[in-house]
Amino acid sequence: MSVVLVMVEHDRGALVPGALEALTFGRHLACDLGLSLHGVTIGSSADALAKQLGHYGAEVIHQAHHEILCDYGPQAWGETVAQLARSIEAAVIITTGTDSGNEVIANAAARMDLPMVANCTKLLPRQGLWELVRLRWGGSLLERASLDAPVKILTLAPNRFEATLEPGAGKTESFVPTLDPCLAQTVVRRRVVESKGISLASAPVVVSGGRGVKSAAGFAPLEELADLLGGAVGCSRVATNNGWRPHSDQVGQTGTRIAPQIYIACGISGAIQHWVGAMGAKHILAINTDPEANMVHKADYAIIGDLHEIIPAIVDAVRTAQN
Amino acid sequence: MRILICIKRVPAPGAKIPLSDDGQEIDTTYLGFTTSPHEECAVEEAVRIVEKVGGETTVLTLGPPAAEEQLRYAVSVRANKAAHVVTDTTDWGPERTASALTQAIRSMEAKEGPFDMVFFGNESADSAGYQVGIRVATAMGRPIVNGIKEIEVGEGSVTARRQVDGGFEEYELNLPLMLGIKEGINLPRYPTMKGRLASRKLAVTPFETTAKCGGLSKIELFQPKEQTSNTVVLGHGPEAAAKVVDVLVDLGVM
Repeated sequence: MSVVLVMVEHDRGALVPGALEALTFGRHLACDLGLSLHGVTIGSSADALAKQLGHYGAEVIHQAHHEILCDYGPQAWGETVAQLARSIEAAVIITTGTDSGNEVIANAAARMDLPMVANCTKLLPRQGLWELVRLRWGGSLLERASLDAPVKILTLAPNRFEATLEPGAGKTESFVPTLDPCLAQTVVRRRVVESKGISLASAPVVVSGGRGVKSAAGFAPLEELADLLGGAVGCSRVATNNGWRPHSDQVGQTGTRIAPQIYIACGISGAIQHWVGAMGAKHILAINTDPEANMVHKADYAIIGDLHEIIPAIVDAVRTAQN
Repeated sequence: MRILICIKRVPAPGAKIPLSDDGQEIDTTYLGFTTSPHEECAVEEAVRIVEKVGGETTVLTLGPPAAEEQLRYAVSVRANKAAHVVTDTTDWGPERTASALTQAIRSMEAKEGPFDMVFFGNESADSAGYQVGIRVATAMGRPIVNGIKEIEVGEGSVTARRQVDGGFEEYELNLPLMLGIKEGINLPRYPTMKGRLASRKLAVTPFETTAKCGGLSKIELFQPKEQTSNTVVLGHGPEAAAKVVDVLVDLGVM
């Protein structure tokens, strides 16, 4: 039991955000525990990453190869991680707390019949029992917990950790798992690319509407403002549930997490399920009739009043300034 | 098509999540309860599939006696049957939950034959362990994929799609199978009067379990540090528009 194993998450050979942070976290942990840091990349599409991973302190990079591992497949990836962890006697398995990272590592943990902890923000390794902090409610609530397991399996909460360089040996080793052919049915069979302009997740400006917008037609001025600013339109769950906007526009715990330069929240009270999706915004402007609304309290800027009068006035002012 | 949907009763908090004084649980004195959103959509999806191709839907929950409310709600939106693994009022960890659900599903299947599909929510709204469905599927040797936002039922197989940045990933799975569903796959219907009446008459099948605690144990819950913001009020009404332009210019988005 002398290895911290980090599954380096990638999407067809490109590292996902948080992957190098997870490797760095693994390096610090390995150092504290007197263990060595190994990384694993799954599928030959990720082989070219090895050199870069070495720069973040990995002593060994296991490159998992198998014909089933040609694309993402949560069960095949999970089985691969489980087999590798057994063969190198890993004491700790870590990856990124993305949907896919959590999915793969949950499959690995289920196959090893061991506990798994999703979205950790803090670890206090002790002899035997570990204490940790993890996210609940998308980060609106935290849980302090203890973990009793022969192998500690966990994912790291997004945007909490930093990646720092430190050269490691970066020795590559090929690992060929034994995979049941039936695992192939949960491998991605086909990809459909949809381009629909600026994505909500990466838009520099998001103009979002909630209950106060009152109707589907009420979103027209919000769309106009978003267009003028090269941004995207978002909404709260109320707008989705009333059929005013598609779910793909929903900002929140069960929708999209956004991180714009400015979030313009119109007629949104700011319930925690919405806040979880919006809290990544650098700045917030709340427009609300209620000066006591939670969103107004959390915003950097606020305008009190009826959004149906205010948004068209902002559209005019922006247009005048741009001309 | 026989479909089972596993659902969870969760509190419905507003602007804050109030905690009990000992930090052991959410103070629900003034909160309502709901079905975790991903699972509410999973129920709707199952009901729609059965309306199209025929069959039967069963909802299963693991939770305190009061979780019967969520089972009855599912029946009021056209699920057919309900089963309940009744727990004490404590929060069960993911391993214990998965093992109790597996026992209940095995016992239902032994009596009435296998479920073609079992749906779970991608993750629960409250504890969000991201693993119960995967553990059940692994224990029962069935395929499972999470994050599903579109399902097409074919002959003996199912095409399932999940949304990723810039498009969809598509999977083709053979029956019987399990899926983790995400909100947005559909817009759940509201209960009808007929549905409400049916839900009142419903007989819920109870299950007992011998499932043991897993290795992850809650010590306490606590609030993250409050992000305080000194909100600058730019003004009241449309007159404040000019100041918005100044802010947008300052932030470099104009």
